[in-house]
Amino acid sequence: MSDTLNTHQDGQVSVEDPAKRDFIYIATGAAAAVGMGAVAWPLVNQMGPAADTLAAGSIEIDISKVEEGQQLKMLWRGKPVFVRHRTPKEIAVAEALDITDLRDPATDGSRLIENAQGKLDPKILVMIGVCTHFGCIPVGEAGDFDGWYCPCHGSHYDTSGRIRKGPAPRNLDIPPYAYLSDTIIKVG
Amino acid sequence: MSGPSTYTPKYAFTRWMDSRLPIIRMSSDFMGFPSPRNLNYWYAFGAILALCLVTQILTGVILAMHYTPTIDGAFDSVQRIKRDVNFGWLIQPIHAVGASMFFLAVYVHMFRGLYYGSYKAPRELLWIIGCVIYLLMMAVGFLGYTLPWGQMSFWGATVITGFFGAIPVVGESLQQWLLGGYAVDNATLQRFFSLHFVLPFVIAALVGLHIWAVHHTGQNNPVGVSPKTKSDTLSFHPYYTVKDAFAVAVFMMIFAAFVFYLPDALGHADNYQRADPMKTPPHIVPEWYFLPFYAILRAVPDKLMGILLMGAAIAVLFVLPWLDTSKVRSMRFRPIAKWAFLIFLINSFILGWCGAESPDNMVFSVGENAKGEPMGMNFLWLSRITTAYYFAFFLLILPILGLVEKPKARPQSITQSVLGDKHGDDH
Repeated sequence: MSDTLNTHQDGQVSVEDPAKRDFIYIATGAAAAVGMGAVAWPLVNQMGPAADTLAAGSIEIDISKVEEGQQLKMLWRGKPVFVRHRTPKEIAVAEALDITDLRDPATDGSRLIENAQGKLDPKILVMIGVCTHFGCIPVGEAGDFDGWYCPCHGSHYDTSGRIRKGPAPRNLDIPPYAYLSDTIIKVG
Repeated sequence: MSGPSTYTPKYAFTRWMDSRLPIIRMSSDFMGFPSPRNLNYWYAFGAILALCLVTQILTGVILAMHYTPTIDGAFDSVQRIKRDVNFGWLIQPIHAVGASMFFLAVYVHMFRGLYYGSYKAPRELLWIIGCVIYLLMMAVGFLGYTLPWGQMSFWGATVITGFFGAIPVVGESLQQWLLGGYAVDNATLQRFFSLHFVLPFVIAALVGLHIWAVHHTGQNNPVGVSPKTKSDTLSFHPYYTVKDAFAVAVFMMIFAAFVFYLPDALGHADNYQRADPMKTPPHIVPEWYFLPFYAILRAVPDKLMGILLMGAAIAVLFVLPWLDTSKVRSMRFRPIAKWAFLIFLINSFILGWCGAESPDNMVFSVGENAKGEPMGMNFLWLSRITTAYYFAFFLLILPILGLVEKPKARPQSITQSVLGDKHGDDH
């Protein structure tokens, strides 16, 4: 204290450099804030997906079992994945659509991936079967466009899983997946 | 507490206590609190709500002794409570029906506050604390509905947590943080149980603040005129303890009727099916007490807008004290506001009806169009109209009416309003 306090000749004590004290206040406050943040972060972060949840990665699906006009539902990361073997009519309708006026414009081809031969196979459509509105599972071969219909809030998807009517903001999502062979796909 | 304490300790022990921890003084002042003499039965819902909170906490703590918060055990443990646990058949329905009764009482309490202007100065904070309690009640109600792990539990949780996914940029991360994974799963159920258990105690603390605030400002009353003389008030005990006790007894009869005769009437049959993440029920509806907000959510076709609108429907309650520009508290003396309130009340019920129906269903049809589809009004449009009135009431009608409406003459005092002029201020 002796270097900051000065005893005047008349006996009054004054602070020689008030800015030094401001610095101490700010430094103390900053250290406390950082310390509180360091304590709070683990308490907040613990709620995020745990390591085992993140690690529960991928599934393999045998698509040869899915006949034309059928849909397979598999659980992946707690959500259903749709594997739809589309009929020629469904494919034709999906490909013929003029996409300029869509809410989430996408060609049918952009929603497919190359198979083991390096070609797009329009017969097999793989999507995450979760409505992009509030996460319900759409019903297949239903709705105004004979694709999928979400019963919760009335979103209509077409045979390519594109949002056409109702409150959903996006097309049904395509999961990350790849063809391991002609008949096996790996999701995740 | 309002005013100086009137308590004088009579015995050596009470004097000893009074100079150390004046808790007897506090209770005495509480029981003798001067309450307006004209409080009607709409003012009994505070006591009814206190009973509801105690009932929910008591039954809830007991249920937690038998409940298993895992996705494999939850559904079965709730069924076991109902079938095998001693008196579980009684305690579980009291808790489930109790949630509905709690909301029923809180809605009456809120509409009463709205009609008699109980949110106006100096009771703004009292009202806002009440709004926070209501918001927490909605959170607790939602979390609790997830716990039995039926189909409606699971899909309700999926839809509601999906709201957070709609927030731009951070939405998806936030949603995964809330869920503890990619979808509603075991991590979600366990944290919901933890929060459902602890938040009611936060509510209890806020109720303490709410009661503190009302004891500082004094209760509002049906004429909205503040008490001025001693003849305007009565001691809380025995006058209002007895009145509240009678109202509580009537309320408990309704409560008991549901518990014993209609325990499932306010729930949904789908919740007797175990949660299945692969299958969405054909028609997801929330509990009845959320239906008006659900209708507002669905009134707009845009996901983010719907959520913002629903949030605004609750947020608007918080700023109500500053939206209503009228100096007159009670709508008894506001000839136009009274009707606007009545329409608002009916409007709220219609919103609830819209929330229960599918938006595409028809309210009424007038013939068919060329494609053979019915024409007329569907629930989407009805919910849009009623949503518009909901917001117009708060954002247009109340601010403007306060400036243009000519209120009727108000009584000079509570005593005059009760006894008429001849007994006025004569004692």
